Amino acid sequence: MEVPNDLLYTREHEWVRVKDNKATIGITDFAQDQLGDVVFVEQPKPGTELTRDATFGVVESVKTVSDLFAPISGKVSAVNTELEAKPELVNQSPYSDGWIIEMEIGNSKDLDELLTAEAYSAFIKEQGQD
Amino acid sequence: MTDSNTSLKTTPLLDLHRELGGKIVPFAGWSMPIQFAGVMEEHRCVREKVGLFDVSHMGEIEVRGPGSLNYLQFLVTNDVSGLTDGSILYSLMCYENGGVVDDLLVHRHSADHYFLCVNASNTDKDFAWATRQAKGFDVKLGNISPQTAQLALQGPKAIEVLKSITGEDIESIAYYHFIQGEVDGANCIIARTGYTGEDGFELYLPSENATALARRILDAGAVHGIQPIGLGARDTLRLEMGYPLYGQEITADINPLEARLGWVVKLKKENDFTGKSALQVAKADGLKRRLVGLKMLERGVPRPHYKILKEGAEVGEVTSGTFSPSLNTGVAIGFVPTGQSKTGETFEIEIRGRGVPAEVVPLPFVPSHVKK
Repeated sequence: MEVPNDLLYTREHEWVRVKDNKATIGITDFAQDQLGDVVFVEQPKPGTELTRDATFGVVESVKTVSDLFAPISGKVSAVNTELEAKPELVNQSPYSDGWIIEMEIGNSKDLDELLTAEAYSAFIKEQGQD
Repeated sequence: MTDSNTSLKTTPLLDLHRELGGKIVPFAGWSMPIQFAGVMEEHRCVREKVGLFDVSHMGEIEVRGPGSLNYLQFLVTNDVSGLTDGSILYSLMCYENGGVVDDLLVHRHSADHYFLCVNASNTDKDFAWATRQAKGFDVKLGNISPQTAQLALQGPKAIEVLKSITGEDIESIAYYHFIQGEVDGANCIIARTGYTGEDGFELYLPSENATALARRILDAGAVHGIQPIGLGARDTLRLEMGYPLYGQEITADINPLEARLGWVVKLKKENDFTGKSALQVAKADGLKRRLVGLKMLERGVPRPHYKILKEGAEVGEVTSGTFSPSLNTGVAIGFVPTGQSKTGETFEIEIRGRGVPAEVVPLPFVPSHVKK
């Protein structure tokens, strides 16, 4: 299972890529594998204020539906509109073309609560494969 | 067999599933593969080419003895008297109150030998029920599920794949008929049945031969693009056909006449059968709700137990729902009031607090390709 070193992670299986005052958010390779074929992603509108740990959308796969939780507080600055026509990007490219939203980092202290790649790898190992 | 770690039952093919990259999950007390390459890809593989399913978790019950026909006429709702040797009938077993014990396939070997294929999770319950109902009939029942494996080979190329590994004349097996014969050295019941809406076969064979035969089928099918198929695609395939599933459209609390199963409930059958009088009363009283096919008119995936609304008020419930890989949209089966069950009637399905419009459409959602 791919867990890039340059990202931060949550126990809800989301990843966060920090660049300047912006954070890009998506779901991890582990998460997309668990969900199976993604058929649509419900995203918030740009400008929406999110609070850390609140649900901001859902990822719906053929078999199941999973909530998305804001890893940090802040304002949504962009959403990946490509996913409307191609939700499968979440499966095919979870860390790149399958990104879900971009946020303005409201409080950089939130980032300290996130997991490193190493910690997240250990976490998913703990969760156990099948 | 059971998996020592989880106390779940396992089929003889579990190791093969793991080897093939299957994602193994607990299902109805069994360790079963939910998917291999992915539900969408597997689904399309069955619709366009051919797929192999392990359905060894299904239960098999043998019925033997001179009283077999009279017994089965009493046990099940459909009319077994029309069966000839080598033919198969879809039916239900009901409780006295008309609720459903299970749905099943009745296979007739001969006048005094039948076998029943029942749902995995119900095997023990069904066997106990069938045994209780056998009182007074000259029959012997046997639960042969543990030693019986079942493979389903489904899809337009299923016949080509099977032909290449058996000398039996499988082409002349008509839909809902079977023969006994050898497939790659294994003694099988070869039935032209399935749960996908595609042409195909269900093979019943001794458990010890199952892995070798599955491997042989996958090898022989490689030229046709065969893939192993998990329970995820089994569900999307059956749902596109509007086929009912025990536990969702069929339960002890659902009257089969409401659930589009009136065609297998023969109230005019001469023999008495369990549940007959209750169902006669239900029919005379008029059915209050009906199971219909619903297609989403906007984006959204309906799931079991989602509410069906009419102008905001709850009028029914989804029994099965999914994203249809063939139609690329959400589809559902669910109960609506009888007076609102016509094609074109619109409802909203409540998805996470929001009413998403859906329309009643005829079933199946996609055309059937079984060999009628």
